[in-house]
Amino acid sequence: MALLEVRNLCIAVGSGGALLPVVEDVSFTVEAGRTLGIVGESGCGKSLTSLAIMGLLEGSQVRITGGEIRFAGRELTKLPAAERRAIMGDQMAMIFQEPMTSLNPVYRIGDQIVEVLRQHRSMSRRDALVRAAELLALVRIPGPAERLKSYPHQLSGGMRQRVMIAMAIACDPSLLIADEPTTALDVTVQAQILDLLADLQARTGMAVVLISHDLGVIAETCQTIAVMYRGRIVESASAAGLFAAPRHPYTSGLMASIPDADADCETLPAIAGRVPRIDERIGGCAFHPRCPRAASRCAIEPPATATYPEDHVVLCHFPEEAAP
Amino acid sequence: MLAYAIKRIFVLIPTLLAASLLVFVFIHLIPGDPAAVLLGDTATPEEVAQLTREMGLDKPLYTQFVLWLGNFLQGDLGTSIFFQEPVLSVIADGAETSILLAVMTMFWIVIFGVPIGVVSATRHGTWIDQLSSGGAMFAASIPTFWLGLYLILIFSVTLGWLPSSGFPSLSDEGGLTNLRYLLLPSLTLAAPNAALIIRLVRASMLDVQREDHVRTARAKGLHPLRVAYAHVFRNALIAVAAAFGFTFAALVSEAVVTETVFSLPGVGRLVVQSILRRDYPVIQGVILVIVILYMITNLLVDLAYAWLDPRVSLK
Repeated sequence: MALLEVRNLCIAVGSGGALLPVVEDVSFTVEAGRTLGIVGESGCGKSLTSLAIMGLLEGSQVRITGGEIRFAGRELTKLPAAERRAIMGDQMAMIFQEPMTSLNPVYRIGDQIVEVLRQHRSMSRRDALVRAAELLALVRIPGPAERLKSYPHQLSGGMRQRVMIAMAIACDPSLLIADEPTTALDVTVQAQILDLLADLQARTGMAVVLISHDLGVIAETCQTIAVMYRGRIVESASAAGLFAAPRHPYTSGLMASIPDADADCETLPAIAGRVPRIDERIGGCAFHPRCPRAASRCAIEPPATATYPEDHVVLCHFPEEAAP
Repeated sequence: MLAYAIKRIFVLIPTLLAASLLVFVFIHLIPGDPAAVLLGDTATPEEVAQLTREMGLDKPLYTQFVLWLGNFLQGDLGTSIFFQEPVLSVIADGAETSILLAVMTMFWIVIFGVPIGVVSATRHGTWIDQLSSGGAMFAASIPTFWLGLYLILIFSVTLGWLPSSGFPSLSDEGGLTNLRYLLLPSLTLAAPNAALIIRLVRASMLDVQREDHVRTARAKGLHPLRVAYAHVFRNALIAVAAAFGFTFAALVSEAVVTETVFSLPGVGRLVVQSILRRDYPVIQGVILVIVILYMITNLLVDLAYAWLDPRVSLK
């Protein structure tokens, strides 16, 4: 049984009485200990999907309108709030894009780590502080015992993201959701954080859902990849399969726009057009206005999924066939 | 923090000097002659001139100021022209009423303002929020003199539960029960200020609620009440602390009206009466005391800031 199984997830934003769908019919599975990468442009619904899994949509204008999220055999969308909270921060944890603002500015970082430990484990404050120092050492923060007393504003962005990771893995979660964990960081720090995540995953055996707009980041760390466009998964495959033979024109476009240090060209290929606004209605395939292979059929008829060997799934009328 | 406080107290001195000079000049700009007021309508111009000379009011303004300042530095605020008593003891007579009134008012502001604001924010958009926000808007809009008169009409005249005016000292007969004289005045004074705090607590909590670190707190699986209290409210307090600084300033001016409506023997009413009597030394003295209190309040607010927000460093 898969650790996480998302089936036909639909999410909508309530605006002025009408519900605007922002995530439609999204399905994927994550096996224990594996890494799934979700990639797509900003606004494609990848962050909302992750917040829905984590259970952080409540209280906002956004809500789940259909589908199910099964985690370790339990259907999360139907769980009472208290049981849901017992999972959050314990078996399932999340780190966010903005390390600068994701920590509470008025508490010492030690206290913030202790808070999650004491929420889910019956621990004395003293024991929790010892454990917090161990966690800081685990995420490679120098001088962990002294750092416990620091306030977030005394740390750099990279250090704060390490603290966020320490807090997330405090209770040994079986699933870690990382929503653009390196986007706000310097390139050198990005590599260190990704490296750290991979190392922690190898040690603890947790599964990771890594969300990024950067296909390069995803390529380095994930075994399976789902590409999202306008609220739908348009292609999903193993990392090797996807990079060897992208079948959706959007995926091909994304790959072509990765800068290549060896290539001797002056302009970087880009996907034509722009990401449509959330309230724009597009008939047929949502990608057709930007698609180089679009035919008249694409504007009328929504595409059906086509499945290829090795669980390579594509949502396109004219998928690229594998090279002979 | 102690070094900072001491430094701030030294900064008080030039500010006080400037404030007292300003007050001195402005009081003497008010037309009217204390000697004429003191002697009444039947006094002859010669008598008025003589009394003016005796009180030293015929000297040039700067000489008067220097004399006053010299006495002040020796701890002497002068003698009240009207009461013929040292200004300090005149102020001290009114201080008991005013201090008790201020403490009771602050008590109501905190007791009503903070919890209603918190509930309003955590139940954002529900009828509870609309009721308390509407109530706060109403309380903020009522003039204090009108509210005072209506409270007297209801609780003193119609129901007869509470006294309508005056305040015997706590050392008089009745002791602590004499505080009931201050119940209506302090509620009157608290209403607009509590309303302000309600609106401020609500607004800053709603602001904080949208911040990323609150999402982190929720992701820890904390109970919503713990998130609201330990994360949202704790951060919202930073903005609220500043409000208590200017609430004090508002209290000073509103106390003048309230003490008049309830005929309280406080410092606020003393100022008004002293202005009417052209009792320069008393006006000067009271305003100086208020300036000192105001600056101490500001210092406390700054210290509270540094205590509540680790990002603030005192230098």
